[in-house]
Amino acid sequence: MSTTDTSEELLAYDEATERYDPVLGLEVHVELSTATKMFCGCPTVFGAEPNTQVCPTCLGLPGSLPVVNAVAVESAIRIGLALNCSIASWCRFARKNYFYPDMPKDYQVSQYDEPIATDGWIDVPATMDGQAHTVRVPIERAHLEEDTGKSLHVGGVTGRIHGAAYSLVDYNRAGIPLVEIVTRPIEGAGRWAPEFARAYVATLRDLVAGLGVSDVRMEQGSLRADVNLSLRPYGQQALGIRSETKNVNSLRSVERAVRYEVRRQAARLERGQRVVQETRHFHEDTGVTTPGRSKEQAEDYRYFPEPDLVPLAPDPAWVERLRAGLPEPPATRRARLAAAWGISTLEMDAVVHAGAVDLVEQTVAAGATPVAARRWWLGELARRANESGVGLAELGITPGQVARVVALVESASLPDSLARQVVAGVLDGEGEPEQVVVARGLSVVSDAVELTRVVDEALAQAPDVVAKIRAGKVAAAGAIVGAVMKSTAGRADAARVRELVLQRCAGAS
Amino acid sequence: MDAGVHELTRWSAARLGHALAAREVSAAEVTTAHLERIAAVDDRVHAFLCVDAEGALAAAETVDAARARGDQLPLLAGVPVAVKDVLAQTGLPTTCGSRILRGWVPPYDATVVRRLRAAGMVLLGKTNMDEFAMGSSTEHSAYGPTHNPWDLDRIPGGSGGGSAAAVASWSAPLAIGTDTGGSIRQPAAVTGTVGVKPTYGAVSRYGLVALASSLDQAGPCARTVADAALLHAVIAGHDRLDSTSIDAPVPDVVAAARRGAEADLRGVRVGLVRELDGDGYAPGVRTRFTEAVEVLAGLGAEVVEVSCPHFPYALAAYYLILPSEASSNLARFDGMRFGLRDGDDGTHSAEEVMARSRAAGFGPEAKRRIMLGTYALSTGYYDAYYGQAQKVRTLVAADFAAAFAQVDVVVSPTTPTTAFRLGEKVDDPMAMYLSDIATIPANLAGIAAMSLPAGRAEEDGLPVGVQLMAPAMADDRLYRVGAALEAALVARWGHLLIEEAPAL
Repeated sequence: MSTTDTSEELLAYDEATERYDPVLGLEVHVELSTATKMFCGCPTVFGAEPNTQVCPTCLGLPGSLPVVNAVAVESAIRIGLALNCSIASWCRFARKNYFYPDMPKDYQVSQYDEPIATDGWIDVPATMDGQAHTVRVPIERAHLEEDTGKSLHVGGVTGRIHGAAYSLVDYNRAGIPLVEIVTRPIEGAGRWAPEFARAYVATLRDLVAGLGVSDVRMEQGSLRADVNLSLRPYGQQALGIRSETKNVNSLRSVERAVRYEVRRQAARLERGQRVVQETRHFHEDTGVTTPGRSKEQAEDYRYFPEPDLVPLAPDPAWVERLRAGLPEPPATRRARLAAAWGISTLEMDAVVHAGAVDLVEQTVAAGATPVAARRWWLGELARRANESGVGLAELGITPGQVARVVALVESASLPDSLARQVVAGVLDGEGEPEQVVVARGLSVVSDAVELTRVVDEALAQAPDVVAKIRAGKVAAAGAIVGAVMKSTAGRADAARVRELVLQRCAGAS
Repeated sequence: MDAGVHELTRWSAARLGHALAAREVSAAEVTTAHLERIAAVDDRVHAFLCVDAEGALAAAETVDAARARGDQLPLLAGVPVAVKDVLAQTGLPTTCGSRILRGWVPPYDATVVRRLRAAGMVLLGKTNMDEFAMGSSTEHSAYGPTHNPWDLDRIPGGSGGGSAAAVASWSAPLAIGTDTGGSIRQPAAVTGTVGVKPTYGAVSRYGLVALASSLDQAGPCARTVADAALLHAVIAGHDRLDSTSIDAPVPDVVAAARRGAEADLRGVRVGLVRELDGDGYAPGVRTRFTEAVEVLAGLGAEVVEVSCPHFPYALAAYYLILPSEASSNLARFDGMRFGLRDGDDGTHSAEEVMARSRAAGFGPEAKRRIMLGTYALSTGYYDAYYGQAQKVRTLVAADFAAAFAQVDVVVSPTTPTTAFRLGEKVDDPMAMYLSDIATIPANLAGIAAMSLPAGRAEEDGLPVGVQLMAPAMADDRLYRVGAALEAALVARWGHLLIEEAPAL
């Protein structure tokens, strides 16, 4: 729907990265999943009717005042601790002043020179030149702030405010707590900068998800990345002029935006032009970035300490309790589980990408073998989840139930085909696996007399096949096995049937 | 004249409260008397921007019905009160004296308003003020000035001239004011009434439309110290909706005023601030102030001189901090969500509509301070202006701390002059700003301060105020010393000073 200027000249990516060294900087906004907003008691449910989750404070009505959400502060401190930051013993909020219709007070309550968390790092696993690396990314700061409302510009061609016929503003999002996490310049990724930027955001996302403080859903905007990129000739110490690309709403877009900016900036530098310091917008549809407002005449936000709030002074003992309560870092946990399950990093990645780490872990804890647990969650269950468009965790089967299905299979009382039916029954709400087996009559025909009768029946129906078997074409037995499986509705053990078929043919000769 | 009804407006709030509790008068009678008084004089005084006769009578009837049932109600239940138009009150417009908020009806009550209602008080209406509380004369109201009941050609002080004039013109026994640099005390001084700026954080700012968040404080306007104490006790106390509200017990100001009325100040140490004396004060002001200090000494107080060496920088610091905060606080008045909107005809961008609305909605003083504050906070100037001003603020607070190590309260004249004439200083911002030279230090330090009548200046016969200042959360000291001084002066005069005001 958006018309974007694609006339920018680009340099081929390989050529660009041969001549210039990309330096990344990432600013990630994490929307906290607190029940109420940053400075008032309004709910924060995503997708509610516009302007139904508002009050005098988050609408910025005259006379209203903010009160800090203690849970948001706790979440920010936990994020800071998980990022190995120092937590400020005393810090203040500041007002960032600028006029915009979706910002109710025409200033944003944020933190400026006194962020709650500073000077940390995060280890990012990345594959570069076919080699697995772990790169330590320096974190400059993580600070708390409030979100703005959302503008919808109606009419016009760009979907942006200029040229719109009119604009609507939804203030439901105004005042939702955000933690902004800012890296120091990330150097040395070289030609792998796009992949590395993506890996950083993915790692950060997993870390925050593990803390349980945010939904971190990029498609819903609960994790938003701004990608800063500059180029410099190899060997130069000083950083080049950077662009700041906003509206990067998926991991793939992070990668694409970096790649595009590398090519665009390199082309400018090659032509002897300078890179303009500016905000740019990434367009998912075309994969290009277009200029937003120029930062050459930097907007003066006139920051000053927010006089409506008292300073934050987290009790050091509380911070230590929060530190002690942090979950195991995702990377450490992954390495530990991969070792315990006897799988490779690549195989572990598959579990992570499927969002199945917790589920597999719990299924194993409930008694299943790691192999079987992984096979179910990444196979049949992933397929079913994909079909119904839900996450694995919302599929409707618990790790305990999966473990019992595995046990039924492994006790040899249930062939795979039947096990899938048991799972289907559980997903359809028919009860526990054992109940489904009974209700659907899925117990295996293990009675020898009964099975022999069915096999004989099938043999009698196919004298030509019997003849072939007797002539030594043992492979022909498959047809009889198939017929038996069909007549028992899959309730027979195929290997046992095959044995019987061969036995009966041999015996009757 | 029907003495029964008209006399009720002359009663103190305390007397009204006791008479209402004893059911000697009804709240409806008391309310009607005040509404009639407003109808009779407010066309000349213009203390009110909005009078809510219907709401006031309904509230009065509710109180009367409750008393008829035998309910025990708070002492001020049924007593009328006027509220400065800077506090949000449902059902009535809140304009802050500005064109930009014309017609805006808040969907919520300020905590102060909520507490007045909870105490059963009768809200008469909203009082006039300088636009967004910026001024010392009420001439910066977009709805026309308020006139001083002592002399209708003179200013009633500001920014809370409406609240002071309502009390001084017998239109309300009590009123709520707000004080950022003297907006309760200076109007009290020039109208011969009592005004108290409580300790910063003692009264919730929730619903008080902010001028300068770190300085603003709501407080009582009354004709006697005891009445001010009763209202103070109703509105003070911790509020979880205001993060800067102090979570500590409110000092017993009512008991302190009662004790003060015994007129015995033996053991009390009173400090004269050397820097708040001198040539800047009109002769009549100095004479009355000197007398008041002698009266305090006569009551047994030990009077000593204290020095606050950084006070000469207070005014300059104040006029950097206040505009800085105001420039940000007033940003939200952009025509987008409420208030005046200009240029919304489909041909202007949102940005243009914002700019036009602000250009059309704010008066000259608001614009002046927004520009000053925007400049002071700008990159490259922040340290030199806002940063330096905050250092002065710290030093002023330290001066007070040093003074209060020696004395219990400090005293000064409230204002350099008596009420000036309407129009006299409206085009001279510096002269106007100097009206608050003695009141500003208390706001910068966040301490408690009171102004009460000290008599009339010989040269013009107009009221002079004396200011008492006490440490933060020691508001009770103001009431003890203030009530003692008041008792001694009233004994000398034979009546309250306000009784000497000419009939309207």
